[in-house]
Amino acid sequence: MSETRSGGLVGWIDDRFPLTKMWREHVSEYYAPKNFNFWYYFGSLALLTLVIQVVSGIFLTMNYIPSGDRAFESVEYIMRDVEWGWLIRYIHTTGASAFFVVVYLHMFRALMYGSYQKPRELLWIFGCLIFVLLMAEAFMGYMLPWGQMSYWGGQVIISLFGAIPVIGPDLALWIRGDYVISEATLNRFFALHVVAVPLVIIFLVVAHILALHEVGSNNPDGIDIKKNKDANGIPKDGIPFHPYYTVKDLIGVGVYFILFSVVVFYIPDFWGMFIEHPNFEEANPQVTPDHIAPVWYFAAYYAILRAIPDTFGGVLAMGLAVMILFVLPWLDRGKVRSIRYRGLSFKIALGIFAVGFMLLTYLGTQPATGLNTMLSRLGTVIYFGYFIFLFVYTAFGLERTKPVPERVTS
Amino acid sequence: MKKLMLMLTLVLMPLTAWGAVESRMSVDVDPNDKPSLQRGAKLFANYCMACHEASLIRYNRIGQDLGIDDDLVEQYLIFKPETQIQEQMTNAMSESDAENWFGVPAPDLSLTARRHGPDYIYTFLNRFYVDEGTITGFNNTVIGGTAMPHVLETLQGRQHPVYEERDGEDVLVGFEVEEGTGTMDESEYRQATRDLTNFLDYVAEPIKAERQRLGVWVLLFFGVFTVLAYFLKKEYWKDVH
Amino acid sequence: MNQEGADKSRRRFLTAATSVVGGAGAAFLAVPFISYWRPSARAQAAGAPVEVDITGLEPGELINVKWRGDPVWLFRRTDENLEDLEGIRDRLRDPDSDEPQQPEYARNTHRSIEPELMVMVGICTHLGCSPLFRPDQTPEGMDGEWPGGFFCPCHGSYFDLAGRVFRGVPADKNMEVPPYYFMDDDTVLVGEDEEGDA
Repeated sequence: MSETRSGGLVGWIDDRFPLTKMWREHVSEYYAPKNFNFWYYFGSLALLTLVIQVVSGIFLTMNYIPSGDRAFESVEYIMRDVEWGWLIRYIHTTGASAFFVVVYLHMFRALMYGSYQKPRELLWIFGCLIFVLLMAEAFMGYMLPWGQMSYWGGQVIISLFGAIPVIGPDLALWIRGDYVISEATLNRFFALHVVAVPLVIIFLVVAHILALHEVGSNNPDGIDIKKNKDANGIPKDGIPFHPYYTVKDLIGVGVYFILFSVVVFYIPDFWGMFIEHPNFEEANPQVTPDHIAPVWYFAAYYAILRAIPDTFGGVLAMGLAVMILFVLPWLDRGKVRSIRYRGLSFKIALGIFAVGFMLLTYLGTQPATGLNTMLSRLGTVIYFGYFIFLFVYTAFGLERTKPVPERVTS
Repeated sequence: MKKLMLMLTLVLMPLTAWGAVESRMSVDVDPNDKPSLQRGAKLFANYCMACHEASLIRYNRIGQDLGIDDDLVEQYLIFKPETQIQEQMTNAMSESDAENWFGVPAPDLSLTARRHGPDYIYTFLNRFYVDEGTITGFNNTVIGGTAMPHVLETLQGRQHPVYEERDGEDVLVGFEVEEGTGTMDESEYRQATRDLTNFLDYVAEPIKAERQRLGVWVLLFFGVFTVLAYFLKKEYWKDVH
Repeated sequence: MNQEGADKSRRRFLTAATSVVGGAGAAFLAVPFISYWRPSARAQAAGAPVEVDITGLEPGELINVKWRGDPVWLFRRTDENLEDLEGIRDRLRDPDSDEPQQPEYARNTHRSIEPELMVMVGICTHLGCSPLFRPDQTPEGMDGEWPGGFFCPCHGSYFDLAGRVFRGVPADKNMEVPPYYFMDDDTVLVGEDEEGDA
């Protein structure tokens, strides 16, 4: 690659800061496989959603008041008295749910195409960390409007920590900073939600992208495109991220904004799933709403929690359900990455896993009746079963894979 | 086996209640129906605001959104003396008075339509019935034993429940209003309660009509953008294939 | 990679069109975020016009009311004060109120609708302090005869009893007259013209 120095302002900057170099490395000369499909939109959309949440969040912070007396009122103040406050708040509430939609699809993509396998283990772990922090961020953000769901949802989740043996009660007390959820809790969650957690998430997103660009993107065929390079050392199946994927991602952005706007302008509470109806009532420590359900994006893990007939066992199962994701690269010993060339049992297992996860999500929002609890147990078995199956299936050489092509298929 | 029984019961339950009145009436609210909202605002100010507040909405906002002149807002909606038009819809009743009179403070109605839905409000307003066993003389199917008196009695009249025996059980099948006890007939009362519900739905989210109007333009914009992006991508990707 | 199939002009056109539409979108999106900083309905309600009852306001007396967070002074001038306003023209920077520091109906010697009643935003036009009311006592540093007026202690600006600024002081504009009108003989509405303009 010839080093061409441009003059003018860019040249002046380049002498002092690797601007052009970074642009080339990460954008204009980052070679991505040319066979990305639909599932590859969600990475850039997740990044876009992060930006949306940060910007809208900063503006909400300007009028939100993190105090027990005024938090609820200040949210309605934003919705009514502040010019365009309603739009910015709806963008933020919709963005929270959209974030999880996008991230779940992004993660499913990784499961399908084996994007967590060697050499992308660390990339996957950064992603898992982002996922965990995103859950913490969403949970604490959900507390801030200080409605009934904020309060009682917070009560339930913090009580989970109380179920840990020995240190539990003290830990829960320490998190709350009071004997019940109170203004002290609200204030610390506010600080974490608006400053600490976003900061760490942004750092991890940078690490995630750097790791990606270090090892290169996976693709729907699961082929390492760096094995086939032309005379210039450019992968034959690779195309520069810019302009080819920037323009392609623009389509994704357009469709995403259309769907996003439909929610913001026509169904902002999404039938009580994005903004739950009981949250239009101010937090009242004396009265629990009839039915407490977590927001939909936590529902699957909540269903796992309730499936176990023991408080600590449930907490453990829920924690394990998230933690098991981190070791996935070492559970899957498969020789082939992409679902396209993996054994039939893998395809069936992943399908069942996806259905099981959706079932758990549904059940988590429903009351825990006898039938629902039975189904939740089934879902929990499916969830963990997938990982156990994957290990047994691949570690003992049971998988019959198809031959993987040399070059990507289009 | 127990599960099976439970499921059977659930499936068969609607049959046993055949002919009973629906537990929730449905109402269609329309934030663009200004005449209805204006009538609803007047009903709210006249009948509800003696006890309830809508402390999150300002009078001048109502005037702007519903197309009512400031003078008319002052004349028809503001009854509390010394109230400026830019102030919120609050009333003179203190919480302790309310507790003394009704046992509970009357809730603020600013967000009721978003908390419980418009159907809940509409059904509640339509389902007061005479029950001599209560302090107010009225009971309600939505909130059994409600402390709220039937404020709209003079409009609706005295409504009695009608029961019929089905399979050895009394089932509520309808209501009958005592002739001549109310100034409105059934459809007029439905209309009035619909207006009131519509107004409360507006109060719960005053921006609703505006955001729906704006949404069309936003979607059109992103539609154009997406089409352009599609052609742009197609053009560039000629290089790739 | 080959760009043989590329239609350069079409490519340029589509790139430009998408950029323009995207840029327009960004500009539209900026509107809500910028407007978000404007005074909210609550701030506007708090800054709404103020009704002032002037029944008990005796000549020589000043009352202070709050409008949009600022002090607004209503002062009933004596006949003597009114005479003084005429006599000090050459000591003032803008005796005829050429600067738009008042509504058109207050652009006269006494800078008010009725000659006796002064209505004035009590904020110095230099750096925003609130001047002191000195109807009789000559303020420090004043050489020459003091006809009565206002003295800003922050940087020593002088104004007469119509809020007109003296020559040679840091402030360079007359004090501001808010829009106002008489709702009836005894009531002044501060913050709105008779036509309803704020």
